[in-house]
Amino acid sequence: MSPSPRDVAVVATSQTSSYRRFDDSEPKLIMRCVNEVLQSTGLDRNDVQFTIAGSCDYLSGMPFAFVMNIDGVGAWPPVYESHVEMDGAWALFEAWLRLQLGDIDVALVIGSGKSSPGRPREVFALQTDPYLMAPLGMDPVSLAGIQARALLDAGKASERDFAEVVARSRRDAQRNPHAQVAKDATVDQLLDAPYFSAPLRTHDLPPISDGAAAVIIAAGDRARELSDNPVWIRGMDHRIESHHPGLRDLTRSVSSELAAENVGLADAPVDVAELMVNYSPEELILRDALGLGDGTTVNPSGGPLAGHPVMATGLIRVIEVADRIQEGSASRGVAHASSGPCLQQNLVCVMDGSG
Amino acid sequence: MARPCAVVGIGQTDYRRQLDMTLDGLVRWAALEALEDATMTFADVDAIVIGKAPDALEAVMMPELSLADALGAVGKPIHRVHTAGSVGASTAITGATLVESGRYERVLVVCYEKQSEGNATWALSGGRSGGQGAGGTFAPWIRSYISRSGAPEHIGWKIAVKDRLNALKNPHAHLRIDDISIEKVKESPMLWDPLHFLESCPSSDGAAAVVLASEDVARRSPRPPAWIVAHAKRTEFSSFPGRDTVRPVAGVDCAEALYAKAGITDPLHQIDCAELYVPFSWYEPMWLEGHLITPEGQGWKLTDAGETELGGGFPVNPSGGVLSSNPIGASGLIRCLEAANQVRGTAGNYQVDGASVALGHAYGGAAQYFAMWIVSSDLNPDFR
Repeated sequence: MSPSPRDVAVVATSQTSSYRRFDDSEPKLIMRCVNEVLQSTGLDRNDVQFTIAGSCDYLSGMPFAFVMNIDGVGAWPPVYESHVEMDGAWALFEAWLRLQLGDIDVALVIGSGKSSPGRPREVFALQTDPYLMAPLGMDPVSLAGIQARALLDAGKASERDFAEVVARSRRDAQRNPHAQVAKDATVDQLLDAPYFSAPLRTHDLPPISDGAAAVIIAAGDRARELSDNPVWIRGMDHRIESHHPGLRDLTRSVSSELAAENVGLADAPVDVAELMVNYSPEELILRDALGLGDGTTVNPSGGPLAGHPVMATGLIRVIEVADRIQEGSASRGVAHASSGPCLQQNLVCVMDGSG
Repeated sequence: MARPCAVVGIGQTDYRRQLDMTLDGLVRWAALEALEDATMTFADVDAIVIGKAPDALEAVMMPELSLADALGAVGKPIHRVHTAGSVGASTAITGATLVESGRYERVLVVCYEKQSEGNATWALSGGRSGGQGAGGTFAPWIRSYISRSGAPEHIGWKIAVKDRLNALKNPHAHLRIDDISIEKVKESPMLWDPLHFLESCPSSDGAAAVVLASEDVARRSPRPPAWIVAHAKRTEFSSFPGRDTVRPVAGVDCAEALYAKAGITDPLHQIDCAELYVPFSWYEPMWLEGHLITPEGQGWKLTDAGETELGGGFPVNPSGGVLSSNPIGASGLIRCLEAANQVRGTAGNYQVDGASVALGHAYGGAAQYFAMWIVSSDLNPDFR
């Protein structure tokens, strides 16, 4: 695979708070983010040459829900845009490749979702194979529980390790103005809580959230014009694994390992990592898969355990890393996004501030 | 920098109801045929792009997850596109972009819909509204076109007959109405005035696939490539005061951008044939005009003169089109791959003689999403 020949950078970011229930519409969440990134770059809507959004119709229970999101994106005069039924992180992947064609320099990327109108545990059960798994009622929480159990049985983690992830996440989230779940709790207090779906406790699960996020990316000199501190995307890759949990080693994330290798994650120190840890045990698997050691600060925002606006969650990981590089508290970082039960599909994005 | 991309493999299922086949079986059928046509296997594919209309049509959320194994995607990137009815063409364009970016050499693009597993009209009405459906949305705009252009009523019937006659030549087509006639169309029940039952698309099952490749790979391909000379997409709001729903500005802009990229100045004469997304008969003249192939008010005259028939000066939907097969999420990709079939000379009984430049097109939502590509047997077609 040929290396990326064109430098592309994140030049503006915006995210809404993570709301337990946002009573107004999803386009309104999107519009807030779009206006903010336009304002911070000084760009007019017509200066954006390509727009791409990630969202999921099923969250609001309405086919074509994404069409209404266009009202928040802005599409008059008509725009060149596309939509992925995936997290906004995959929209970023497509936009990043689109800018490689060289004919356009500025793209707007959006991720948005409102989980509050539905019952996510039942909705996400529809991600499973419709013939062999869905009829069994396999829902994402139960599948995450199976993955956690596999870690325990393999001796790779303890329930205390899960609780430590949660305690740190909630502590760090207190410094994140967008966080939904941010409060002090000791590991022992957490371990006293009853099981929800053993070995998972309620705090091992992400909250139900509504929210949106947007970034503007730009190529080469255009990026330098639009930002004093552009954050360069040095590599992105994503990979998928078998859908059938029985065909996988659930204690590893082979697709994350592969993606990390393809972007050269280990080639230089990683100061900060924002991982899409939807269930606390996933952090242990992902740290291992990405080869992150003590020198890497993981999920300083609190991560998805502190706020999980589905379909924006992955793009927010990119934003959290980019913001830290932009403000100078980190020089190189990695963002991770996932999709599907038991970390079936994983994306990594390496960024730095040099150049 | 952008590099050339070509269609080197095409696969299509039968578009009739497939009650004995899973979604996995359906997408695999199309994918394997496309790979065989490209003389490749799943092992040769660098990335997969899949597209379909709303997940609710089959009640499978984000199906790239459960179809990963069937599509040979394990260990690879799989990307999912959804842009309403235009999704098939959008997915093809995303696949082309992935190759043009320099990142991938061979991309497998697969689109599908299995309408027999759901209720499309329910879903097309937003799932909760009154069941207006696509026909109910478009019928008033068609009425508006008729009154604006002064087109006679029989134009719609004529297109319904033409596309069904073409479908009799296409082994993949869903509808095969041997005794199709103007009489039969106009006597079929009125669904949404002025649209009769036989002026509407069917509910089909099916998957379609293409293998897209870089110039290096395409030049080594044993079968003729269809070069993607240009592609374009445009989107506008679904509704606002003063919106022209008959001739949406996004459709005009999209065509202008497409022809400019391809170097086309006279589409009617420089393009040999078109596969336009015509789910209801009247959309043929509406898109002939709305995409600048004819001047405004003249599209129906081209149809009326028989020029859009197979053998006419500008054949439209020689495959039978959406009016004969409509696996929704795949329908746009089918338009794009049938355009490729024409310039590769692989369209069989519905081959347009000497076709070397063809247009593939789809639209979606409230006629607000447009995605189009121009394919040619030449990498750099000479339009002079």
